[in-house]
Amino acid sequence: MASHANTLPAAPAAAAAAGGRHYRRFDALDRVMHALLMISFIGCALTGLPLLVADHGWAQWFARFLGGFQSAQLIHRICAGIMFVVFVGHVVRVFATAVRTGKWLEMVWSPNSMVPNLKDVDDIVGHVKWFVGKGPRPRFDRYTYWEKFDYWAVFWGMFIIGGSGLLLWFPFFFSNFLPGWMFNIAMLVHGEEALLAVGFIFTIHFFNGHIRPEKFPMDPVIFTGRVSEHEMLEERGTEYDRLVKEGALAALETTPASPGLRKLAYAIGIPAVTLGVVTVVLIVYSFLT
Amino acid sequence: MPAGLLRAILAATILAFAALVHAQGATKDAAPGPNDACLMCHGDAGAKSGGGKSIAVDAKKYAASVHGGMSLPCTACHDDPAVGQMPHGTVKPAQCASCHEKAVRDYTTTVHGLARADGKPVAATCANCHGTHDIAKSSEPSSRTNHANLEATCGACHGNEEIIKQANLPGGNVAGKFHDSVHGQAMAKQTAAKDAVPTCTGCHGAHDIRAKSDSESRVSRAKSPAMCGTCHMGTKAEWEQSQHGKLRHANVLQAPGCIDCHSTHTITRHGDEKFALGVIDKCGDCHTDFAKTYRDTFHGQVTRLGFAQIASCSSCHGAHSVLPKDNPLSKVSAQNRVATCQQCHPKANANFASYDPHANRHSRASGQILFFTGKFMDLLLLGVFSVFGVHTLLWFVRSLKAMRERGTPPKS
Repeated sequence: MASHANTLPAAPAAAAAAGGRHYRRFDALDRVMHALLMISFIGCALTGLPLLVADHGWAQWFARFLGGFQSAQLIHRICAGIMFVVFVGHVVRVFATAVRTGKWLEMVWSPNSMVPNLKDVDDIVGHVKWFVGKGPRPRFDRYTYWEKFDYWAVFWGMFIIGGSGLLLWFPFFFSNFLPGWMFNIAMLVHGEEALLAVGFIFTIHFFNGHIRPEKFPMDPVIFTGRVSEHEMLEERGTEYDRLVKEGALAALETTPASPGLRKLAYAIGIPAVTLGVVTVVLIVYSFLT
Repeated sequence: MPAGLLRAILAATILAFAALVHAQGATKDAAPGPNDACLMCHGDAGAKSGGGKSIAVDAKKYAASVHGGMSLPCTACHDDPAVGQMPHGTVKPAQCASCHEKAVRDYTTTVHGLARADGKPVAATCANCHGTHDIAKSSEPSSRTNHANLEATCGACHGNEEIIKQANLPGGNVAGKFHDSVHGQAMAKQTAAKDAVPTCTGCHGAHDIRAKSDSESRVSRAKSPAMCGTCHMGTKAEWEQSQHGKLRHANVLQAPGCIDCHSTHTITRHGDEKFALGVIDKCGDCHTDFAKTYRDTFHGQVTRLGFAQIASCSSCHGAHSVLPKDNPLSKVSAQNRVATCQQCHPKANANFASYDPHANRHSRASGQILFFTGKFMDLLLLGVFSVFGVHTLLWFVRSLKAMRERGTPPKS
């Protein structure tokens, strides 16, 4: 990694004093959106999942703890509303950015786009090769293939779980023009997709983003928005090189996260990760017994 | 007059005379009684037999008893020539049948009488329920057989854990269960219904108590609906018109009657949460598949979580009037279904009501689209978790290895 040191821009004194340069990865809106998505997702999961394992004592206890099924339903719907706002807000933002900058192609075909590209295919192959010791670890750009999968999984989930959820929320409206069996389908996919989403986020996403050995117990970047130069080189070498080449890296340089912000990140993140893992363990246990 | 009674009166007269002579000096103010001679010994509260057993009789209590009120001499019940001698040895047990011939004859056919005949001394006999020297008419509030006291009287055995265990009494502590039941609580809480609610004998009878396995029993499977119907007439009439009632009428004894849903000694109000939730499983005992598919619905999940405010079987199918859906009178018939949904969902329309509340996602009979959607979702879950499960596992192992090689994990 020493070769990169020569290409680094001059460090501001403050950053150097704090132990290396730091760069902005997520802006304030990104972080707020993730926080809202996280809270509403966990809210929906905790208020909905007990229904799927209703014969288990912990689920019954938790439903009572929430104040009964009516209040659980209310929390579920408030969270669904927040999630809906986050989703629509995000889509509007993506298109608004394209409109503002006029760079429509960049929306779908650039390292800043969430749309998978050929490098992702190479990265998948390279990563798996690295897993089995058949090659070096790939150097990733701004968004890795597993992050893109997470992203599109949320998109898919929004349509499946959000659509079926709306049917179940407003059955009288939808039954004006939809047959009754659609509600059977909605009930089925809402529950199955819930298991998929919860199972995926609380295990795969948590591992990829937080609890894998390099990040354990969590990666605060999604809360602080900042990443150290060292970590950027480790995790996103291609992006680093590209930004250096484009001369865009210096503009991203920022102060390290303040101790308060870091504490906040851990105070939110660790309970969220713990809650998620505990939930998954309980669900798996309940389905097995 | 039976010869025994004649002899008893004769003996009593002799004894009374003897007592009169004896009592002359001591109790000048007390009027002579027919039993004074007996009470010379038995009237002493500390009187004991040669074997050390108490043989005391509380004269005041006896005088207040139904037999005492009739001035019956001791020998009316203790009909044994041996009592003519003083002191005397063991005398025969009281012979209730000398007067209560029918009651005793009926008793011999009861579960208690049969157990006695079978050599089980723990089984109740006359005295266990009626008492001995203190027998009172059941209309007397103090009587053991008074409506208000039966729970305690029967409970002396059927609420006594030791006796229940020793005699292996069916149903366990049925007196305790009854106490907590809707009938028992109507008594215990002194409600307006307390004089009308059934207590033990209301269902089991008295001198005709039979085991429920006895087809002649009032509480036998076949006869119990009629028994409950003596009070719950309207409900019984409704049930008789239901599918369950019709099956019973056709001698299908497995078809549920009252006790299958309501239980026997633990009957609660139908609004009771525990009952409302528990009865779902009772329906499921026979209607297994329907109970299973019900649990796939929001209704079934919420009730399983323990909340009774949401539709259970009877909400849609009715309780006592349950009928198959092809019967136009059924709550779930094509004609009535929308109205049934509207009980809780006032804005329900025909499409809403065509939701299948017992859809089985594993059966094509519940619709091809549901079946294949279910299969697709299963495959999706299996695929995603398999691919990413392997991906994560490999990554984890490789990361650990990389960290070991490097010494420390890269920290930001």
